[in-house]
Amino acid sequence: MNMIQALNSAMDILLARDPNVIVMGEDVGFFGGVFRVTDGLQRKYGEHRVLDTPIAEGAIVGAAIGMGVNGLRPIAEVQFADYIYPACDQIFSELARLRYRSAGDFWAPVTIRSPCGGGIRGGQTHSQSPEGIFTHVCGIKVVMPSNPYDAKGLLIAAVEDDDPVVFFEPKRLYNGPFDGDPNKPAVPWSTHPKGEVPAGYYTVPLGKAEIVRKGSAVTIVSYGTMIYVCEAAARTLGIDAEIIDVRSMVPLDVETLCTSVKKTGRCLIAHEATRFSGFGGELSATIQEECFWNLEAPIQRVAGYDTPYPHAFEWEYFPGQPRVATALKAVMETP
Amino acid sequence: MPRKSRLHTPRPHSRPGEEPDFSYLELSPAGAVSRPDVNARVRDIGNLSVELVRVLDDDHVAVGPWNPHLEIHDLQVGLRHMMLTRIFDERMQRVQRQGKISFYMRSLGEEAVSVAQGMALRPRDMLFPSYRNQGLYMVRGRPLVDLMCQLLSNTRDMCKGRQLPVMYHWTEGRIFSISGNLTTQFPQAVGWAMAAAIKGEDDIAVSWIGEGSSAEADFHHAMLFASVYMAPVILNIVNNQWAISTFQGFAGGEQRSFAARGPGYGMAGIRVDGNDFLAVHAVTQWAAERARTGAGPTLIEHVTYRGAAHSTSDDPSRYRPKDDYEKWPLGDPVSRLKNHLIALGEWSEERHSVLAQELEEHVAASWKEAVQYGTLNEGPRLNRDLMFEDVFKEMPAHLRKQREQLRAEQGG
Repeated sequence: MNMIQALNSAMDILLARDPNVIVMGEDVGFFGGVFRVTDGLQRKYGEHRVLDTPIAEGAIVGAAIGMGVNGLRPIAEVQFADYIYPACDQIFSELARLRYRSAGDFWAPVTIRSPCGGGIRGGQTHSQSPEGIFTHVCGIKVVMPSNPYDAKGLLIAAVEDDDPVVFFEPKRLYNGPFDGDPNKPAVPWSTHPKGEVPAGYYTVPLGKAEIVRKGSAVTIVSYGTMIYVCEAAARTLGIDAEIIDVRSMVPLDVETLCTSVKKTGRCLIAHEATRFSGFGGELSATIQEECFWNLEAPIQRVAGYDTPYPHAFEWEYFPGQPRVATALKAVMETP
Repeated sequence: MPRKSRLHTPRPHSRPGEEPDFSYLELSPAGAVSRPDVNARVRDIGNLSVELVRVLDDDHVAVGPWNPHLEIHDLQVGLRHMMLTRIFDERMQRVQRQGKISFYMRSLGEEAVSVAQGMALRPRDMLFPSYRNQGLYMVRGRPLVDLMCQLLSNTRDMCKGRQLPVMYHWTEGRIFSISGNLTTQFPQAVGWAMAAAIKGEDDIAVSWIGEGSSAEADFHHAMLFASVYMAPVILNIVNNQWAISTFQGFAGGEQRSFAARGPGYGMAGIRVDGNDFLAVHAVTQWAAERARTGAGPTLIEHVTYRGAAHSTSDDPSRYRPKDDYEKWPLGDPVSRLKNHLIALGEWSEERHSVLAQELEEHVAASWKEAVQYGTLNEGPRLNRDLMFEDVFKEMPAHLRKQREQLRAEQGG
């Protein structure tokens, strides 16, 4: 399966298993979503379980909270992560804090799915990676899968979780792994082991990172699209990197990250999102606090530049292999 | 002279030191507004959103098609709940002034909205209140001690010390948690109602905001979703004329009634005398039946007046005449229901004073009990570990670590 099919399969299973699960969002119903992620679900489960909504992200999330309080388990799609901001008061002030402010008496198990990231010629309104903003909010879990297998298992786990989850889908990975080089022919998921997705029910637990490549020279901590960019850059340089896919930013699997960094003594952090106050800063600080005496070199951060996402300069902006390679060489130097 | 464009800044009709002037209000005589069938089409009932539904006339007699013909007992119960709300408010205002609680918000003048509506609904209907709907708690019977413990943030605080005073909630009583951010509950109530409809249950959701809060995007979100899905919900705008210091013109009420936004969105809108217990009860019953029978949502605008300050942190003498509440043309909700009962021969000044005394004593005794469970400054305190609970259902590692840090910092 590609990631679209894997996510579709997850929702199909969730809708079939639990009558309280519903899917809602712009274009998700009859049409099946602009990325086809909800294709066929309304036909199968009806208009009351797979709802087309008006173009009002704040209302989608606000209504989803009320539904969650009334026993449903809504999966709300925000069509692009760039459009999530009108919903932020409902996410930050309401969804995230309802359980806390009501001392556990009211809560809403809402999962918000949203495609994120660049590399698709989307310009500044269809390319953002705003996950760091959500990690700063107390009370929501934040997840980003990097492959079809994880996408399905994490989405099922997210929806079954009683806490709210913001689930970002790197849209450049929907149809295949992408190593950051737009000139190479696209690679489909059918050629990748993580494209092998069981048809049935399974979960990938939230809060657990995954070591996607074992190595001893340096730990690369990343998630989403950048996993494949980092893999390719390390391979080209012939560096035996241990690559960790964070998968779940909140809660964060500090143990897996730090065990690896203590072993390798070097760390590079990479994400597509802008650098300043990005989630990489949190990763870097945490790793420094836990692993300072094991570090052989300063932690390196690779990220998008701190500018809006430019349409014409997409590939200059995108943190591709050259930027990763430069940082990798720097982190491998021993002073 | 060629005409020029201009910027209009809404101005209230009177300022401190001036004579209160309510001539801007468009009123209808009691009994004058027709009562359509609950399943009437929105396009046929536009008049309800511009006229003013009133039942009690100047002689304290219930008149016209909206008279809900309530039992005497219900009228007396309603009066009692409104009086209790007011006496509770007055007492809590005093204890705030004494420094026993940090903050309070009275509902003086708006008691009929919560009490009459609360009584017109079914116990299973889900309520999404604003911070000035304490009358709902009186109707649904939450012990005063519980409310006071919340105000005190003490060991029996339902919110475990996490919320400003008055941000109550009650799961068993089906009253939703008050956010403190304005209007966020409006789309949530609509979502709750949509879920009830999806599940095929006939409970409805009801929510309240002030007219000032109708400026928030969430108001429009709620209206749109309620209308599009014909959700079984009643959305209330309590137009008490003031949003802290800005009068209702700044929320867009100068050119058209707030109720008229209902038909604007394709749903029923009703403008009601919010200080008329019977009228509020009647329109709520109408809207509830409409919602329950699949005819869709209703927006109700309650024309009322904020008799007191916005909160204990506010000083209305800085921006409006001191005596304006006394001059409010729609009177006082408690007095009006009291006078109606007296006119019916079912109440008297004497019974009124006896009841007031009884309620005063009940409030005082409740306070005495509540403070035993601690106050913000003295007596037993909540366990500080509670600070880290309920952020998530299960505490993740980073919060366990921070809890340990606090324990180490403070000893123990």
